[in-house]
Amino acid sequence: MSQPTSPIFGRLDWTVTPYTDLLHHVTSSTIVGAGAATVLVLGTLGAVALVTRMGWWGPLFRDWLTSADAKKIGIMYIVLALVMMARGIVEGFVMRAHQATALGTLSAPESGLVAPDHFAQLFSTHGTIMIFFVAMPLLIGLINFVLPQQLGARDMAFPVLNQVSLGLTAAGAALVMVSLLIGKFGTGGWTVYPPYTGIAYSPGEGVDYWLWAITISGIGSTLTGMNFAVTIFKKRAPGMHFMRMPLFCWTSLCVAIMLIYAMPALTVSSAMLMLDRYAGFHFFTNGAGGNMMNYANIFWMFGHPEVYILILPAFGVFSEISSTFSGKKLYGYTSLVIASMSIAVISFTVWLHHFFTMGQSANVNIAFGIATMIIGVPTGVKIYDWMATMWRGQVRITTPMVYLIGFFMLFVIGGLSGIILANPSIDYQVHNSTFLVAHFHNVIIPGVLYGMLAGIHYWFPKAFGFRLCETWGRRTAFLFVGGFLLTFMPLYVLGLMGMPRRSPTFQNPDFLPWMYVAGVGAVLMLCALGSLGWTFWSSWRRRADLAVPGGDPWNGGTLEWSSPAPVPAWNYPRIPDVKARDDWSAAKRGGDPWKGPDDYADIEMPANTRFGLVLAAAAFALGFAMVWHVWWMGVAALLAIVAAVMWRGMIVLEPEIVPAAEVERADRQFREWVAAAPPASRADEETPRNRGVPDITEFAG
Amino acid sequence: MSNGDNGLYPGLNLGAGHGDAHDQAETSVFGFWVFLMSDLIIFGILFVTYAAALDPVGLAGGPGPQALFDMRSIAIQTGLLLLGGAAYGGVSLAVKYDGGAGKVVAWLAICAGLGAGFLFFEIRDFLHQAQEGGIPQASGWLSAYWALVGLHGLHVAVGIAWIGASAAQIAVRGLDDVVKVRLSMLGVFWHFLDLVWIGIFSFVFLVPLS
Repeated sequence: MSQPTSPIFGRLDWTVTPYTDLLHHVTSSTIVGAGAATVLVLGTLGAVALVTRMGWWGPLFRDWLTSADAKKIGIMYIVLALVMMARGIVEGFVMRAHQATALGTLSAPESGLVAPDHFAQLFSTHGTIMIFFVAMPLLIGLINFVLPQQLGARDMAFPVLNQVSLGLTAAGAALVMVSLLIGKFGTGGWTVYPPYTGIAYSPGEGVDYWLWAITISGIGSTLTGMNFAVTIFKKRAPGMHFMRMPLFCWTSLCVAIMLIYAMPALTVSSAMLMLDRYAGFHFFTNGAGGNMMNYANIFWMFGHPEVYILILPAFGVFSEISSTFSGKKLYGYTSLVIASMSIAVISFTVWLHHFFTMGQSANVNIAFGIATMIIGVPTGVKIYDWMATMWRGQVRITTPMVYLIGFFMLFVIGGLSGIILANPSIDYQVHNSTFLVAHFHNVIIPGVLYGMLAGIHYWFPKAFGFRLCETWGRRTAFLFVGGFLLTFMPLYVLGLMGMPRRSPTFQNPDFLPWMYVAGVGAVLMLCALGSLGWTFWSSWRRRADLAVPGGDPWNGGTLEWSSPAPVPAWNYPRIPDVKARDDWSAAKRGGDPWKGPDDYADIEMPANTRFGLVLAAAAFALGFAMVWHVWWMGVAALLAIVAAVMWRGMIVLEPEIVPAAEVERADRQFREWVAAAPPASRADEETPRNRGVPDITEFAG
Repeated sequence: MSNGDNGLYPGLNLGAGHGDAHDQAETSVFGFWVFLMSDLIIFGILFVTYAAALDPVGLAGGPGPQALFDMRSIAIQTGLLLLGGAAYGGVSLAVKYDGGAGKVVAWLAICAGLGAGFLFFEIRDFLHQAQEGGIPQASGWLSAYWALVGLHGLHVAVGIAWIGASAAQIAVRGLDDVVKVRLSMLGVFWHFLDLVWIGIFSFVFLVPLS
């Protein structure tokens, strides 16, 4: 990188786009790169054109982007995650297509769809996107939507901070997206280990894109964790004791605590690497007293709790749906609470198993190996609890249950391969092979992805007022299960055959049949993605048939099913007075669950503000400017952030008052509608007769 | 004084005589404590990094603690910062017992003055060390030293700016409920800086010189 840095444009010039590469060499690799950039440009232009044509800018700005309503923020998180997931799955497909054509020979070692450097960018962005911009926004979005409702609260403890968190996450995601068109992404994987990612071996913008995207979105996630924790500690409805909280709230609390303690480690390791790269510090360099093992330790101090941050919300979802769709009370509530908390605590004591082979003594390794095996115990307890919940229940095989059953079978396999890897002496044999790739996909896809999709299916009617199409939902679920099996089971075999991970090419023809199977699996995953999109689209078209204004389509037991669908901004006309665990179940058993409150009062709701939007724009500008060394813009953006934060600190945001009369009118209308609606039995759950008013005589939960 | 009987966390609120501010403090100040816990993890990791670099490999032949640390200046910094922390007790007591806005602002000014004195000596030390070749680019140990002590200094600077912003808010709004809650958060932050400094004083400066 010897090119001079312009004072105005930094290192930006016309040659940084993939089109320059395409003009120089027309190969399959440059065509894929330019094609991806074109999809990004056309997608953005198409979205802008659509919003303009439909006249949606005003509503988008007023009702969504400036909203501080946790439910809307949650939905925006999930939309962001699904957009990023589309890119992540396509990248996964391109990698499988590449490796299926990547058999090299000694004379021509490089072959396949994309060039080695391009392949390295693909696995780096795929991992980064899937962890930070798919899994995290999915779970944070779901918690945002569900948590205040389940706690009987109006909103999060800090609604504006919540908006800021979303803005920072979106700014990070935008940086990763922009790297498709402007410049290149890093090639250091999603963990970005120095010294390879130091300035000496990775000059240029790639690693900086990762660092800024991750630091900005990571700060957002830290703030989210604080918000969740304070909400759970301070905003529970009266009577909602800790041991009455639904299990999803418990796993949210675990996530919050882990975010608070784990995310700062990522911030520190990234900031130190930035200082190394921008200012010549020696934290992780080869010489002058740098210590790259320190990076591995700090990163995984974040990284290991992170995987439980990802999985615990899914465990919460599975707790809710196993109970609801079996028509039974959750089995072993207390043991599930203890197991969740145990996982949260033990997850901080196992980070070293990510680098067993990097030079510790055998005694250190075995201590972490044992801790790793121990963490399987509470996880096992949970699986048994969910199975016991289903045992002798009236199980309805709805879409979330297909995901749950797929999870049961596949997650246990993934967990067991994790126990195998936890043994340091076995780890020495299979580390850095595709066996590991198969293992972590085997826990993250059936765990996080299935759990989050199950949760989206389950709570979708609460957000939008209509159910998702069950037929297409189940098809999507089967495609994700089948696609997973075909894509990743071969990688176990390949790993045991000696195939290294992240390998752009291989010379052993025995690998090829397994690569083909994995390639077919990747096609199925693409189909699953398409099917998921079609589920949303076809359900929206049939929304009149699928509408459930009664708000309780699954005959649920937790508080959020007592409100109409879509749920009003204020959640509940009066803050509920919680009398039992699964309060809505207790109300159903009591006989007259839809009895309204005796009187109504004004409700204070957080007012709209542009603060989050301003910070998101400034954070994106800061990241982009720093990546391209446009110093004036970086300074301006930083000053804008400081000014915005100080302005927010000096003013008082007055809440918006919803008058009691308006609340009363909406609430009475809902209750009269419910009283007039014919109750639907469980057998009618998937038919248009399900209007969200279940037959409570069937209720056994 | 004690809040033990009303179910609220002790030490986080203003007392029943302060009405809505008392309730608001419950959420806001608790949230701020949680934020500081997260911040403390950042300092903790930097402390560990410093400890890991405190050996001949980390020093990498660059200037070391004996050559760079001026204990007299560090003692003065410690005195100024801890006195500044104690002075915030004056702010808290003046708020709690309705001492009036003038008294609160006077105590705030004392805190800011002592903090600025601390920063003056700290920056002087940094400049001096840089002249001696103790720049962060010289070795892993110096990178860790500058990052840790510099981050603390940055916090103190932010604290002084916050004090200024608080005084401005008192001037505009008077000592109302909003300002009271914000002052109690500032107090937690200001004392937190003392806590971190005690760690820095002991582990960064005393340990390598002992």
